[in-house]
Amino acid sequence: MDVKMIKKDFPVLNDNSLVYLDTAASSLKPIQVANKVNEYYLESGVNVHRGVYNLSYKTTELYENSRQIIADFIGAKFEEVIFTRGASASLNLVASSYGMDNIVEGDEIIVSELEHHSSVLPWMNVAKKKKAKLVYVPLTSEGRITVENFKKVITKKTKVVALNYVSNVMGYIAPVKEIIKIAHDFGAVVSVDAAQAVPHKAVDVKELDCDFLSFSAHKMCGPSGIGILYGKLDLLNNMEPIEFGGDMNDNVDLFEVSYKDSPYRFETGTPPIAQVIGFGEAVKYLENIGLDNILEHEFMLKEYVVNKMKQIKGITIYNESSDTGIIAFNIDGVHPHDAVTYFDGDNISMRAGHHCAQLIIKWLKVPATLRASFYLYNTIEDCDKFIESVKKARDFFTEVGF
Amino acid sequence: MNNLEALYRQVIMDHYKNPRNKGLVNDEKYKTVHIKNPSCGDDITIQSLIDNGSIKDVRHEGTGCSICCSSASVLSETLIGKTVVEANQITQTYLNMLSNKEYDEEVELEDAIAYQGVRKFPARVKCASISWKAFEETLKEE
Ligand SMILES: Cc1ncc(COP(=O)(O)O)c(C=O)c1O
Repeated sequence: MDVKMIKKDFPVLNDNSLVYLDTAASSLKPIQVANKVNEYYLESGVNVHRGVYNLSYKTTELYENSRQIIADFIGAKFEEVIFTRGASASLNLVASSYGMDNIVEGDEIIVSELEHHSSVLPWMNVAKKKKAKLVYVPLTSEGRITVENFKKVITKKTKVVALNYVSNVMGYIAPVKEIIKIAHDFGAVVSVDAAQAVPHKAVDVKELDCDFLSFSAHKMCGPSGIGILYGKLDLLNNMEPIEFGGDMNDNVDLFEVSYKDSPYRFETGTPPIAQVIGFGEAVKYLENIGLDNILEHEFMLKEYVVNKMKQIKGITIYNESSDTGIIAFNIDGVHPHDAVTYFDGDNISMRAGHHCAQLIIKWLKVPATLRASFYLYNTIEDCDKFIESVKKARDFFTEVGF
Repeated sequence: MNNLEALYRQVIMDHYKNPRNKGLVNDEKYKTVHIKNPSCGDDITIQSLIDNGSIKDVRHEGTGCSICCSSASVLSETLIGKTVVEANQITQTYLNMLSNKEYDEEVELEDAIAYQGVRKFPARVKCASISWKAFEETLKEE
């Protein structure tokens, strides 16, 4: 993997002083994706599915071709790939449709403290409305979800398991394949939050055998405002839509309507056309580089940085054994919001806060953390600049009296 | 290089390390306003005792960065003993100063003037404003 060449694809990185370590929030966008989005706006701009004229037909083809690219990318069927606003919307769709129609009083829904709010809150809502019970997988001392601990909480009452594949704070890869197998033995359905997984590792939904899987384009070199819900076709075709309107119906009578099959029954209204087309291009871009190469690269950077950081006094790392490119840490005695301003001064973009994951921040017993996340365009030089800045920041805050 | 010295002034660090008027009281005569910034976790409560048109006492409690916590302390020290009119004027001046709007430089901001440097760090303006916004809410109900 030639990172120097890859960097050239990202126009914002023409500014050589910028060290971008906030990919876990949103990745940067390569020129190929920007051009593809622009191509739609400059050479088309028309609606999809509606026009009988040539331009609309061509644009619809381009749009649906993206769905096929994404389906192939995750090993799904075309009909199993639903376009949504993003991972949050996908996770909500599962809870609002499947959850609301299948969960009854006394049922159990398994989640974890390692979840993003968008993974756990939709189920908290279902649990409250249906008088079902939210059950948390106990985390290991490192903060991991394990098969062993999962076995402690799964019961015959478990109807849904909603877990992340990769944590956006700790960077751990959860053993979802094994978990899914056990959940199925108990008759539960599994919804996987793969927002931090699909951008960083090869994911095959048939191999995982997950029932639902959600992710966003903006974390994987694609546009914002577009994401995917994958679902098994027999589940999807038996689920009620949660939004009603144009394009999602077959026949409309005065008091009755029939819905289209998946994916269209869940896609009412004019979709984000440019974003879908751009997403397809982003997937092609990542496939060209190879997901295995990407994970290997970001993990290598993470190991490099963690090893150096461990030698710096006054730094606490919360996830030394992170499986991906995510490092959660703090400068001792310095609130992350103070620290992040220092890094910003060195043109290092990083996240400080609780990363939409208050449960794991509370589990860590800290007010908030810093988070550095590495991706395919980050270099060893970025790591060195970052480590240098960490040292200087620690010294600065000591000096001013923290 | 960083020009962070302009942000972490001595006055600010002093109030951060040795906060004045910290800790809430259980007294119904105090008005309590709680503000939270869920994106960064700043969480501040300001209690004010207003009697006969003047600020008799201000208490604060919360968690957050140094800029956020120190400014609650500075606020309390600056505003105790002021009339409601003066306190309002100081609050508006301070908030305008932070958000780069026009403000009356004649108004005596006391230690709160130390936060002038925050303007150069737009991402931190929220941190320095949160306590003052909470106090502003108190006055709105007056
Ligand atoms: C693990 C995880 N789940 C869900 C989400 C929600 O994604 P989005 O904000 O794109 O809807 C994110 C990203 O913020 C995430 O990191």
